[in-house]
Amino acid sequence: MRRNLNWYVSLAGAAVLAMVLLALPGVLGAQVTEYDENQRMNTDAHVGKLTGHATAAKTEYRRFCLGCHGELGDGEGEVAQWVDPKPRNFALGQYRCRSTPTGTLPLDEDLFNTIGRGMDRSVMPSWNTLTAQQKVNLVAYIKHFSARWMTEKPGTPLQIPPEPEVTADRVKQGQMLFQKLECWKCHGVEGRANGPSAETLQDDQNHPIKPYNFAEGARPKCGSSDRDIYRTFMTGVDGTPMASFADNIKPDEAWSLVFYLRTLQPYNGMNTKEKQIAKQLGLKPINPSVPLPDAPAAPQQ
Amino acid sequence: MISLRRNVCGLLLCFLIAGCFPSAHAMPAFARKYGMRCSGCHEAWPMLNAFGQKFRDNGYQMMNDRDSPVWQNPSYWPVAFRITPNWHRESTNRVAVDTGGPNGSGVYPQSEQQITSHGFDNTGLDFHTGGTLEKNISFYLLPSSDATGAFHFETVMVRLDNLFKSSWLNVKMGKFDLDNLFSEHRELTLTNISGTYQIYHFIPVGDNNVYGQMGDNQLGVEWMGHSPSDYTRVSAALVSSNDGNVGLPSSNAYSGFFAASQAFDAGKLGVERIGFYAMVGEAPTYFLTANGGPLATPFGNQAGRGNKSYSREGFVGEFYFGKLDFQVVTQHGSDSAYFATSTAANAPLPIGARSATWNGGLVETHYVYSPQLIFFQRSEWVRMSQQAVPGTPSGLGNINAYTFGYRWYPIMNTRAGFAWHNEYSWLKTSGIAPLSLTDVTSNSLMLGFDFAF
Repeated sequence: MRRNLNWYVSLAGAAVLAMVLLALPGVLGAQVTEYDENQRMNTDAHVGKLTGHATAAKTEYRRFCLGCHGELGDGEGEVAQWVDPKPRNFALGQYRCRSTPTGTLPLDEDLFNTIGRGMDRSVMPSWNTLTAQQKVNLVAYIKHFSARWMTEKPGTPLQIPPEPEVTADRVKQGQMLFQKLECWKCHGVEGRANGPSAETLQDDQNHPIKPYNFAEGARPKCGSSDRDIYRTFMTGVDGTPMASFADNIKPDEAWSLVFYLRTLQPYNGMNTKEKQIAKQLGLKPINPSVPLPDAPAAPQQ
Repeated sequence: MISLRRNVCGLLLCFLIAGCFPSAHAMPAFARKYGMRCSGCHEAWPMLNAFGQKFRDNGYQMMNDRDSPVWQNPSYWPVAFRITPNWHRESTNRVAVDTGGPNGSGVYPQSEQQITSHGFDNTGLDFHTGGTLEKNISFYLLPSSDATGAFHFETVMVRLDNLFKSSWLNVKMGKFDLDNLFSEHRELTLTNISGTYQIYHFIPVGDNNVYGQMGDNQLGVEWMGHSPSDYTRVSAALVSSNDGNVGLPSSNAYSGFFAASQAFDAGKLGVERIGFYAMVGEAPTYFLTANGGPLATPFGNQAGRGNKSYSREGFVGEFYFGKLDFQVVTQHGSDSAYFATSTAANAPLPIGARSATWNGGLVETHYVYSPQLIFFQRSEWVRMSQQAVPGTPSGLGNINAYTFGYRWYPIMNTRAGFAWHNEYSWLKTSGIAPLSLTDVTSNSLMLGFDFAF
């Protein structure tokens, strides 16, 4: 009987150990070890005619990036504790600025553009002084931190229709979309980042995060051209509460939303016509308590 | 005339003393503000890389809409200091030394000897404070001391950045580093010989023009413009011809400094840059006196007169080959015959006197093994192409200077900088031995802890 009991205890112990071992990768999530990282040092990146190699970017990463993003690309560099917003955790394989659908890997070019553009309102500056080759090498180096690149391919890039002419009707349609898609809940009725949800937002690592303040005049993180703004809300900003609205807005309607968002920004040389139209229309901030007809379907968060 | 000489000599001494203690720029306060390692902006501090140059040209701003001080923790104080305790050995041959008491005419018998000194020492101390007063309004203040602790203001300036939202419109006023592509305030070399670039301070033998020293910070106003990536940069400065000394010591004379450069993306090699610079101006050749001494003006300033011209111009280049890079500066210099012969403009020139001209160049090489270990060398040459007084040996005053060494940064973080510095320099100046009129050679060896916090 005692021998049987010991046998059962041993079996239970082994089962628990097996469960722990099986669950370990999930518990550790996307954490990367130095061993994993070294195994992926042969990662390449391709932008235009350039091919970048992770091995060629080791020095540049150490020189420019390591302080924030850390030795293992996990966003735990020595200054991570002091900076807001927190540096990206490359090991997660989740990227904010993409031309690909939400949840998919970005194109190498997306990462390349982010390095060159920087992330406004963060400590990530524009690294446009680096050569194109240095940047594409860094893209390869950034990719090698995440195992996702070993098993997945980048998503299919969003097709952006030609930009139509800015008209009063489109600006009004964009305003309606702004209300019906509930953009105001985070961005506020005037785009001042003071919506009712603004103070509660967190990113995927539970760090507080603020919505974009259109009225502040700062550049949007993923680019400030009309196409960049279009792309941002159609692909979403992964890792943040900013979801993709690709399933909720027709491609053509999305341009109307771009035009309305432009009216919320101060004059910046890229929104002269939108601001003029808003002035002519006497456009007032939306009133969420007044229901609108034909509301588009709410976005899937 | 004696008073005049005394004034000029006094002024010359004052300029030279000020020039002997160049301050060097390295700014951990910026690293602390932006949470970036020294290596982000410096190839190896204090030498800037392309990103650091852009940061500087943006008015010490990252341009990420978080540059204004209101975004900083109120406890942040933009101050850093730098000093280098060191051991160094200095040696110069053919130094005139008394060999006995004065003879009947009061002249001491002398011979030339090699003098060597060595021991532990300190450099001067620099306090750097700089940053932004508001977005697009920058400042820099640098009280700097010599090794004895006597302070002066090396840099005091305010800069209006990106006027009309254009990176091509930046204006600063105050005392500042001229827009040399290779600033000697951010050079890696530290010995008594290599602490300044010879061609930035070259003065021909017998010349008394102290105003054309491109390496010294100057008082004036500068317009600077650059492309968003900083690959194209141009600047023009109007400065008082007083070599950065306050109190209007030379009065009513101005010089201009112009610089332009263009960088190129050379793929795997790196960012290459070529450009040119020119410093042209006028400066006084004599000063009015009262009773043989300074004038009793309400502001204590001197009254310089007899402005004469001078110029320095040349090409610059920065060439990267991966971890290896070469910095090249050429120079053609010219001083009016009055400067070149130390003659006041209201006095006759020596017979046959003409302007002094020379050509010079330097090549500085760096091998950046890693952001924490850098090897360097610099070779400099200056050759007189025309002596002011006919019959003067053509090579009098020619300079050959060489230096090599390494810097190792055992730590690299966002709070402080620390480097082990080891360097040897050698300098030969032709024909200036006081007695034999032969070449004088000096050398300098330095081992030091260079640190900034």
